[in-house]
Amino acid sequence: MTFIRDFMVKKGEDMRIAVLSGKGGTGKTLVSVNLASAADSAVYIDCDVEEPDGHLFFKPQIVSSEEIAVKLPSIDNGLCNGCRKCVDFCKFNALAFIKGRPCVFEDVCHSCGGCTLVCPERAITETDRAVGEIRKGTSGSVTAYTGILKPGEESGVPIIKRIMQASGSEGDALRIIDCPPGSACVVVESIRDADYCILVAEPTVFGVHNLNMVYGLVKLFNKPFGAVLNKCLDGENPAEKFCIENSIPIIGRIPFDTELGKMNSDAEIAARESKKYKELFSDLLRTAMKEARRETAFDTQR
Amino acid sequence: MRQLLILSGKGGTGKTTVASAFIKLSGAKAFADCDVDAPNLHLIMGQRSEPRRTDYYGMPKAEIDADICVQCNGCAEHCRFDAISVNSAGEYSVDRFDCEGCGVCESVCPVGAVALRPEVSGELMLYNGDGRIFSTAQLKMGSGHSGMLVTEVKKQMKDAAANAELAIIDGSPGIGCPVIASLSGVDMVLIVTEPSVSGISDMERIIKTAEVFGTKTAVCVNKYDINTVNTERIEGFCRSAGLPYVGKIPFDPEAVRAINNGMTIVDVDCPSGRAAREIYKNTMEVLSE
Repeated sequence: MTFIRDFMVKKGEDMRIAVLSGKGGTGKTLVSVNLASAADSAVYIDCDVEEPDGHLFFKPQIVSSEEIAVKLPSIDNGLCNGCRKCVDFCKFNALAFIKGRPCVFEDVCHSCGGCTLVCPERAITETDRAVGEIRKGTSGSVTAYTGILKPGEESGVPIIKRIMQASGSEGDALRIIDCPPGSACVVVESIRDADYCILVAEPTVFGVHNLNMVYGLVKLFNKPFGAVLNKCLDGENPAEKFCIENSIPIIGRIPFDTELGKMNSDAEIAARESKKYKELFSDLLRTAMKEARRETAFDTQR
Repeated sequence: MRQLLILSGKGGTGKTTVASAFIKLSGAKAFADCDVDAPNLHLIMGQRSEPRRTDYYGMPKAEIDADICVQCNGCAEHCRFDAISVNSAGEYSVDRFDCEGCGVCESVCPVGAVALRPEVSGELMLYNGDGRIFSTAQLKMGSGHSGMLVTEVKKQMKDAAANAELAIIDGSPGIGCPVIASLSGVDMVLIVTEPSVSGISDMERIIKTAEVFGTKTAVCVNKYDINTVNTERIEGFCRSAGLPYVGKIPFDPEAVRAINNGMTIVDVDCPSGRAAREIYKNTMEVLSE
């Protein structure tokens, strides 16, 4: 029998752990970056494409990058007969009829392709509009994927979809998915393929209120989950109370610690810099992977 | 109505803490929480009355009538959002989280089996007590189109408080659709950042976003003493970018205690509250320039 450590991905094992929180600034990136660094090897995926910060910690050696574009209608005024069918069809009001011709409002276009389909004159074709990029890089034993939305662009969903697809090519691996804050469509996109979700909570009434929302979200999507309590101080912890009342398993605690705060604010990876935090995050990873395996095993039995 | 919007880029830097202090200090007759994804302002504004609640309808969602569907696969082929799937029995269905309500499936269906149905994707709340208007909302979990709901939050505030001179608006983290919707029509943005490498990177991205919309922008730093070197970097950045730097707030355990007791940081005498008063004064000067 070969000895396999709990926090190593077994051969042929693929595991996706998503880290989310509802509220911003509770420590999603702290937990994600350090879990990936505590593993023997891992793929880190930053889905917070509006404000991606994981790369600031990993400072990865970039090995490839890819521009992400969405489709945008382009109207040939020579072919357009001014029938307005495209304008009437567009549910997003991205086309307006001005001086007898349709006009495209790029920012509100959802790239559904409907206008090209309904145009009887085939006057509408599609062009690419860049909305951001994804980068792949390496940092020690971590392969880091980052999605970056261009400032001024509305939606990161196309970037998240592509980054999940691109990182899929890494084969069987431990994947840590750093989610955006909130509980809207971009978070759904990020946790869709996750095997296990870690909810990071901070001990404030704001933290608890938003924890309640992501708790609802992971239940809605039937994802197994556990909570990590961050910034723990002595005394009453509203987040802990919430977890106990709702029978949410607490899989780890990170103390409020100015040393950790300093390292984190300087974008240093605590699990690489400090023995104490290497141990803390290795323990957390071991627990999370054990929980995830248990749930997967349970799932296959069902 | 002059509108001041509080943003940060990075989450958790203290937008709501600063916004709630400003609302208290200004006695603003109108305020709003545009973080419809994770609203928190209502937890510390001490509303005494129940709000008026209105369902918010976002985009409609497609529905496929299995009895009419001839399983031609046309809808699935044309859906750009991968929202249509087929089960082992050959029945087609729409994933309501993926569907954006564009109507392409409805238009390509040869037998009229697809229809768009209205869907509630959030709730608007309007508090009207003590002569103050407070507009807020909660997006339904997993929904999209949060920008449209943000626009409604601001509209409901403006309609109810048409005569208010000043409105203070708490924004959401990030730089995407809810932030862009909140930026429209405001007179000034105050960015609350923190002295971390992440906070600075995110601040630079939100400043770029505000620039696209030509909005006047000022910066303050929260928890500045966590990393004074980074705080100096932020001050230097503001100087070289020509952005008004309106002050800094120290890390203060009293602030957490006040918030957890449902109070703002200017309701108690504490270092963070005193700093917030100074920042408020400086911000109002920039706003009226």
